[in-house]
Amino acid sequence: MATEHQKPATQQQQQAGVSSFTLVIYEQENFQGRCHELTGPSNNLQEAGVEKVGSILVLCGPGAKKPGNLQTQRLAMPVLCSSCAEKRAALKRPKTGHSLCKDCFFWAFEEEVHQTIVAAKLFKHGEIVGIAASGGKDSTVLAHVMKLLNERYDYGLELMLLSVDEGITGYRDDSLETVKRNQQQYELPLKIVSYEELYGWTMDAIVKQVGLKNNCTFCGVFRRQALDRGAIMLKVDKICTGHNADDVAETVLMNVLRGDIARLRRCTAISTSSEGDGVVPRCKPLKYAYEKEIVLYAYFKKLDYFSTECIYSPNAYRGYARTFLKDLESVRPSSIIDVIHSGENLSVRDGVKMPVQGTCNRCGYISSQALCKSCVLLEGLNRGLPKLGIGKHHRLHGKILSQQPLTEKEERKLKAVDF
Amino acid sequence: MAAPIAIHLEFGGGAELLFDGVKEHHVTLPSQSEPWDVKQLLVWIQQNLLKERPELFVQGDSVRPGILVLINDADWELMGELDYQLQDQDNVVFISTLHGG
Ligand SMILES: [Zn+2]
Ligand SMILES: [Zn+2]
Ligand SMILES: [Zn+2]
Repeated sequence: MATEHQKPATQQQQQAGVSSFTLVIYEQENFQGRCHELTGPSNNLQEAGVEKVGSILVLCGPGAKKPGNLQTQRLAMPVLCSSCAEKRAALKRPKTGHSLCKDCFFWAFEEEVHQTIVAAKLFKHGEIVGIAASGGKDSTVLAHVMKLLNERYDYGLELMLLSVDEGITGYRDDSLETVKRNQQQYELPLKIVSYEELYGWTMDAIVKQVGLKNNCTFCGVFRRQALDRGAIMLKVDKICTGHNADDVAETVLMNVLRGDIARLRRCTAISTSSEGDGVVPRCKPLKYAYEKEIVLYAYFKKLDYFSTECIYSPNAYRGYARTFLKDLESVRPSSIIDVIHSGENLSVRDGVKMPVQGTCNRCGYISSQALCKSCVLLEGLNRGLPKLGIGKHHRLHGKILSQQPLTEKEERKLKAVDF
Repeated sequence: MAAPIAIHLEFGGGAELLFDGVKEHHVTLPSQSEPWDVKQLLVWIQQNLLKERPELFVQGDSVRPGILVLINDADWELMGELDYQLQDQDNVVFISTLHGG
């Protein structure tokens, strides 16, 4: 028989119908780092020059011995969890590079949020805490984890969900439905405050007057105050928001790009103390949680969240900062935390002028001007001068407060709206 | 020749908006000379499923940064990413992290 004349090595590979195979051992996970090809049996990996095993690739089939043969079937061996070494890893953590199974990941994620809360002393026993809930991934994960940690570690907090209804047809309706389901799922009380009840204007109506270009100015300013007002109605001691590490890094970048020193100093803070009447202290328990992990936590836990683009929110500037960060992250996953650290460690030279925080003469909310941003925006809307709050019109605040009429020229400048 | 394979695709986290809002797709990848890998799958998705704004889904020959990929419920970073060879009945999930939170 022909086989009798073949070399023993080949004979060995063909006996018992076993097709030839090659083991490729990589020293790093995910088929990276130094690699070693083993074709025959090996009793001692160190003899073969292998120092550690991160991942194994099995090449089998008739073409396996020919490198580069595309018929080769590559079977990726499942990577094991680096924590329990039992279950199959479900993700690679961007922060640490560790491969974890679902259960070890849940635990690590929750523990890190707990450590953040403890280290920064975010809450005191007995406090009433409002969770800013939008129905999106961040606030849904925040509500879930806060509820869980409050029970696991006996924080003694009274938790509730706080939502803002901006009055955006389609968008807010659906996301508020999600929040209402969250309320049932987590058994937490829910308070919804609407722009309409607070300001007399829905976002839909505002967009009709100001156009799509400037609406995010309104959205952001009004939402901030709306949360405070809702929190005061509910007698909440603190608000926690779902801002994650990616959001904070984005904000650091944006403030650097705009040269906004005052905001740059504030934006990395994990909590704000009460800055005056009408302002409830806020904190960000997810400050060090990566967006990737938040999304995977929600996905693996099958949490119910709502995702769509705010139809009025093109916010191009933040979009660019975001894309830039994501590109950086794909090259170096620690970029996000690195940017946050940079922001935290920036110190501002003595003598740099900082805006003085005062209060709004009309509503008492914090403001560095005579009128707070939201009162100026409202005044503009109510007078049919939507541009009043957009751009710098501080000189006019005195006139508005004393209800003096504006000159014709001033009116003209404030009326024009470009769509 | 590699035989055609049937796979299950899922888009979520807002990525479904680029696919007419449809989250789940059962698709059959046609027979071709070499086995299907994820890189080829992305090209196929772009040519056959993607309805709008491809730049929001792909960048170069990979997915846009910020879109997570899971293969059979595991992070694709553990599975060889673009080089992973698809098997019949595989489940591939794309989740956008870029939509509002
Ligand atoms: Zn594990
Ligand atoms: Zn907006
Ligand atoms: Zn005011």
